[in-house]
Amino acid sequence: MPTPFSERGLDVLVIGGGVNGLACATRLAQKGRKVVLLEAAATTGGGAGEREFAPQYRAPALAHLTQGLDDRLVAAMDLQRHGLSFHAPLVTTVLSGDFAPLAVTAGKTSGHDAQGWAELHGKLSAFARVLAPFRQMRPLRLAGETRYFELAKRGLGIRSLGKADFREFLRMVLIDVYDVAEDELSDARLKALLCFDATLGAWLGPRSPNSLILYLDRLARGASPLLPKGGMAALAGAMSRAAEAAGVEIRCNASVERLLIEGDQAVGVRLQGGEALRARLVVSAINPRTTFQKLVGAADLDAGFAQKIDHIRSRGAAAKLHLALSAAPNFRGADLQSRLVIAPSAAAIERSFNAVKYGEVPAEPVMEVLLPTAFEQGLAPSGHHILSAIVQFAPHAPKAGLEAARAEMLERSLAVLEAQAPGLRASVLHAEMLMPQDIEARFGMVGGNWHHGELAVEQMLFNRPTFAAAQYAAPLPGLWLAGAGSHPGGGINGAAGWNAAEAILQAKARTTAKEGALA
Amino acid sequence: MSALTHFRTPLLQTPFHARTSAANTLNRWGPWGGYMTALCFGDADMEYTAIRNGASVYDLCPMVKYRITGRDAAAYLNRLTLRNAAKLSVGGVHYTAWTDDAGKIMDDGTLFRHGPEDYLICCQERHLPWLLASSTGFEVHVEEVTEAIAALSLQGPCSASVLEAAGFDVQGLKPFRMATYPFEGGEITISRTGFTGDLGYELWLTPDQALPFWDHLFAAGAPWGIRPIGSDALDLARIEAGFIITNMDFIPVHQALREDRARSPFELGLGWMIDWEKGHFTGRRALLAEKAKGSDWALIGIDIPGNISAEGAILYHGKKVEAGVVTAAAWSPALKANLAIAQVQAKYAAAQDLWVEIYAMRELQYAKLMLPVTLTERPFFNPARKRATPPGRV
Repeated sequence: MPTPFSERGLDVLVIGGGVNGLACATRLAQKGRKVVLLEAAATTGGGAGEREFAPQYRAPALAHLTQGLDDRLVAAMDLQRHGLSFHAPLVTTVLSGDFAPLAVTAGKTSGHDAQGWAELHGKLSAFARVLAPFRQMRPLRLAGETRYFELAKRGLGIRSLGKADFREFLRMVLIDVYDVAEDELSDARLKALLCFDATLGAWLGPRSPNSLILYLDRLARGASPLLPKGGMAALAGAMSRAAEAAGVEIRCNASVERLLIEGDQAVGVRLQGGEALRARLVVSAINPRTTFQKLVGAADLDAGFAQKIDHIRSRGAAAKLHLALSAAPNFRGADLQSRLVIAPSAAAIERSFNAVKYGEVPAEPVMEVLLPTAFEQGLAPSGHHILSAIVQFAPHAPKAGLEAARAEMLERSLAVLEAQAPGLRASVLHAEMLMPQDIEARFGMVGGNWHHGELAVEQMLFNRPTFAAAQYAAPLPGLWLAGAGSHPGGGINGAAGWNAAEAILQAKARTTAKEGALA
Repeated sequence: MSALTHFRTPLLQTPFHARTSAANTLNRWGPWGGYMTALCFGDADMEYTAIRNGASVYDLCPMVKYRITGRDAAAYLNRLTLRNAAKLSVGGVHYTAWTDDAGKIMDDGTLFRHGPEDYLICCQERHLPWLLASSTGFEVHVEEVTEAIAALSLQGPCSASVLEAAGFDVQGLKPFRMATYPFEGGEITISRTGFTGDLGYELWLTPDQALPFWDHLFAAGAPWGIRPIGSDALDLARIEAGFIITNMDFIPVHQALREDRARSPFELGLGWMIDWEKGHFTGRRALLAEKAKGSDWALIGIDIPGNISAEGAILYHGKKVEAGVVTAAAWSPALKANLAIAQVQAKYAAAQDLWVEIYAMRELQYAKLMLPVTLTERPFFNPARKRATPPGRV
């Protein structure tokens, strides 16, 4: 007979109440585990939250859109019942120099290159569809595993593209996005959009090798950007309610200081303030480097592994701009209920990336702009607006120093905005520019990188965050990883957390089966 | 000589070169760790005899040396190496080894504790990148000091008497202990350690002390027939002592090109080193798993009939199934026995029905011998004088 719930010790402690932590905790609780989730901040959500950046003006804390949550958790967490709904998939409006604004919805657009875009989108979407299943599985290893069926299934998925497309897939999968844009498109606005979306949140430019795969990964998450009704905080709220409904106990303002290790086994955590919590398993849904370097410490890790963790590349190049505006901006007539991408050309995106390589602020940053107030009421006083923008690329190691770089980044971003929306500057009441360093300090993202470790081909799949921890189990028994630093990365998606929970449940099942066989 | 110009002289000369080159009548040199080292000075048999019956001097300078200092030195070494460096008392020395994450041996070496926060590692191969990588999270300073230290190994039953005659009172020095002694206004360190399995000492100097000390030692040792020895004689002595050498008896994991060539401490007979209670160390989890599952290989000492050395010979089980390979072999003058060290698959470690196939070259024709082997405890040669304190006077 199972032990009554109340008398049983804690099964799992999940560190970090972001999307992945919530997803992992919920899945484990749904499967009968007694789970406590620890969040350092006052509310859950992590990068998906809301913050009053100036009195009476509330902006998305960090992420302002999602490219889609993992479908497994949307269904299993019953997020709709817990209040999650989305606005219609967002139209993207490209603002490129003096060209007329161009609206793009997935594969549909207008202008002379509409056909080319539709074809390219169709092709890349087909590639993304065969890659998408890899996002929902524990990364494979070539040796020491017998998941041939899973591998064969997904391998066949790729072969199902057909001979010509399969060859095309192999040609393109590790190519740079700039070449793809040059080869397949003729409209400068569409080239710029493709290159912008591929490099959004990454530390690479359109001409960097392997940049197309990031675009495929984006498409694998979803065809269009989505905005939750009520903003990103509503998404976090719905997930938190679902977690609690599943039995997860959420503790906010609980900052973990150290992992408790006894007999070479993670047995719990010590919170700031000294409180110790014990559990059978500890799952870290925070940054992997922070997990191993701060919570575990090098002394309890093998030296080779510790070095690999130290070498996780985690440079952030995206800055976040929040503006309080006294009037609605006018982006040359563009629909304000759309995602605005300001990028003059593919080459201009590459140029703005060049600057950060040398610790400089780009002369003309490119950006993704959203006006949450165009969708929601109550974020700002009546008639006023909030502008939220992801501005690229921001120097992760500014030569001029952080303060000077932040001021310069703000100035140049405002100049770019003013050029596309004349009069916008005059309406700015408050401005907040979060540089990668600020993002690191506020959200614990090492280097300010959104994915808790650069999402790049050499840090994907079985190399994310590093080979020896790529299957969610850390080398320290009792410790698991569930954050965006693990496969398949971040982006307000939850797949990493869900995969981690599945891996934990499978490991338990395997051990039980083995014990059963021995008995 | 700066290391930056080493390409001008592909092999470096040790601080004793002026003396060793003068004594090297055969001009037989070989490379060791980037230095030229004497293989034999004139007569390998006489040099071996000096090790076992008199006093021999071997130039140890090419031995790779790292100094570890700082508050966390003991904790750092406990995480790096298999044994418990915190338990090693100041003035003590121990034989240890270290592994990678997978529990495969990178090297073995001796660890000297000069102070509570001051250690010296002496080993065969270079490891600075690994030692530095291992230092993350520890308050330690890791420095390669190979060129800053000159060292000699004085070995043989008369070695204590030679040191007495040279003015160094080593009567109270126990095996694996060291002490400092004044020398010409400076100081030298003498440790009772060595690689011959005999009474012997290692002498640690600064490079500028090298030549005056050599002259002083050889003058004092003359009545005991002190003589410089090369690696050939030392190799015979170390086989008798049953010691293993990196890259001869095993391939260090970071140099192995073939995945299955790396060996764990268990597989090299070094499992006794592992301190499971000291806390985590690199490779611990992999070694625990290996301990539970069993190892693939074993290192054994064997005795072979006859007097034909079995170097490189293949071992067979039941004369048919390949079981392993001899990594070191010699006919031992001290024991009058044909000895060998071999790596065998663990299932043949008991050496039941184990045979060695020796190809003996006799005037351009091979005589093929298939000889039964007998498992023999290492050290093969283990005289009481090695351990006696005070050491024997002769």
